[in-house]
Amino acid sequence: MRLEVSIEKRLGAFLLKSEFAVEQETFALLGASGCGKTMTLKCIAGIEKPDRGRIVLGDRVLFDSKEKINLPARERRVGYLFQEYALFPHMTVRQNITCATKDRDYADELIRRFCIQDIQNQYPAELSGGQSQRTALARMLATKPEVLLLDEPFSALDNYMRTRMEHVILDLLEEYQGPSILVTHDRNEAYRMAQRIGVMEAGMIVEQKEKRAFFDHPGSVAAARLTGCKNISRIHKKEDGTWFAEDWGLTLAAPLQGEKALKEARIDEVTHVGYRAHYFQYVEDKTDDDAMEEVLHKPCDRFSCQLERVIEDTFSVVICFTVQGNLSESPDALMTWVVDMAKWTKVKERVLTGSFCLRMDPERLLFLAEA
Amino acid sequence: MKLSPLWISLKIAVTATVITFFLGLLAAWGVTYLRRAKHVVDGILSIPLVLPPTVVGFLLLLSFGQSSALGQLLNDMGIHVIFTWQGAVIAAIVISFPVMYRGARGAIEQVDEKLIHAARTLGMREFTILRKVILPMAWPGIAAAAALSFARALGEFGATIMIAGNLPGKTQTMSVAVYTAMQGGNRSLALQWVLIIVCFSLTILILMNYLTGRGFQKHGRGRKKGGQA
Repeated sequence: MRLEVSIEKRLGAFLLKSEFAVEQETFALLGASGCGKTMTLKCIAGIEKPDRGRIVLGDRVLFDSKEKINLPARERRVGYLFQEYALFPHMTVRQNITCATKDRDYADELIRRFCIQDIQNQYPAELSGGQSQRTALARMLATKPEVLLLDEPFSALDNYMRTRMEHVILDLLEEYQGPSILVTHDRNEAYRMAQRIGVMEAGMIVEQKEKRAFFDHPGSVAAARLTGCKNISRIHKKEDGTWFAEDWGLTLAAPLQGEKALKEARIDEVTHVGYRAHYFQYVEDKTDDDAMEEVLHKPCDRFSCQLERVIEDTFSVVICFTVQGNLSESPDALMTWVVDMAKWTKVKERVLTGSFCLRMDPERLLFLAEA
Repeated sequence: MKLSPLWISLKIAVTATVITFFLGLLAAWGVTYLRRAKHVVDGILSIPLVLPPTVVGFLLLLSFGQSSALGQLLNDMGIHVIFTWQGAVIAAIVISFPVMYRGARGAIEQVDEKLIHAARTLGMREFTILRKVILPMAWPGIAAAAALSFARALGEFGATIMIAGNLPGKTQTMSVAVYTAMQGGNRSLALQWVLIIVCFSLTILILMNYLTGRGFQKHGRGRKKGGQA
């Protein structure tokens, strides 16, 4: 089963332009709220009507503006897990599930499968978040849908329940014979649940990749931000072939690897560079021989930093700094380095003096284009 | 004191409310599907609410009178509307319809859209959704609208007297009886009818408040979701 979506919908000044295909896999639509993720799902489900385009599921055309086909939602066989679940409040858990299917045995099977036998005679107002979601999942599967649409499935759950329901949904997705789409604004969730990730920004899918490639080579600034890249600077190529990161005030030492990365990222025009906060390496000052050796091989990948602020997180420490001598006033001049607690206790004393040295691994620079 | 106006009033109001209930409910449900013409259709359906009842009575006389095609047709079929209690029922339906329609529409629109979307993706037909989702969710509001439209039908005066007249024992309702008693200088009789009408109306209003305040209490002990009243 394959789902092909290519739609356009205008809502006031907002233009939604979604184009993607999903095979038997989980495809995550990642984006900030209001970027059109949910609207895309609604168009697939038949709740909203696109202005133009085509939606094909397997050999069935669900929507085609040219051929004037617009299958009503009830005939699309789409399983939709709504945000906040949309359980019918006046029906018990059991009635919520049986109202979608006449097959009692199948309903019983689903109730067993999602472990909701004990609460099957309760009303939704009496359920916990996890129980509501189990009920909603069972109800969604009761119609034997041919595609699954999950809209922010974990947003209404607390942390503990989220981890547990993630297992339930992962099991379901692995077993499910068909395409599924997961809408989320959480990059880690997208990474854990999906095989491929599409990034949406202002109504457009700006990037679409296999998830590992996505995190290694985000390609666009928007995608890099969504994958959690905290350090992003404008960049230009200098005459001698090296790159200058304007916001950081840093000449980057990686023309060769850089070019390779560019080819991998398939970017024609590099406008930005990114570096993940976890990837900085702490180097002792000139006393450290190893660091010196590295410095000799690859000049300029080491730089002095000016401490701006330290924020202690539960298991890590966030260190905000600027490159020493950087005169840029841009907000992106402030860079972020994240270390775990163990490392922090080692470097704490030196860092807190206010100036210290860091190294950037040139292999890990992300070359980006403004989308 | 002859009690016939009480029975006539109840007969007219009950009959009219039963018909208005279904008409108003269907109209309210239908209007939720309209897009562009919504405001115009809503205006047309609501107009008896703002017209003076005498104007409605006049228009009814025009449509059902002997000189109109409809009146002639009904006359040929042996149905007489003018100066009969059936005529008063028609007047009461027209006058109480907007009350039912607007109340039911408000109640239906209160139902979370998401639930209706969910029902559609679950394969339910529109009429099934009305039966299984909308009505159970909106029934307190719909019942309240029905109670209010019954009260309106019971108190109808202007249109009723124009189309059904004031025939004691035949078309004289309670509100018409008050008027007749006052005209005849019988203040104590008028007062008796007034008291009966006030009691009726008050009972209905209390019933209505009870219905609207009820909401989903039977389902949720404590936690309520979706901010439903």
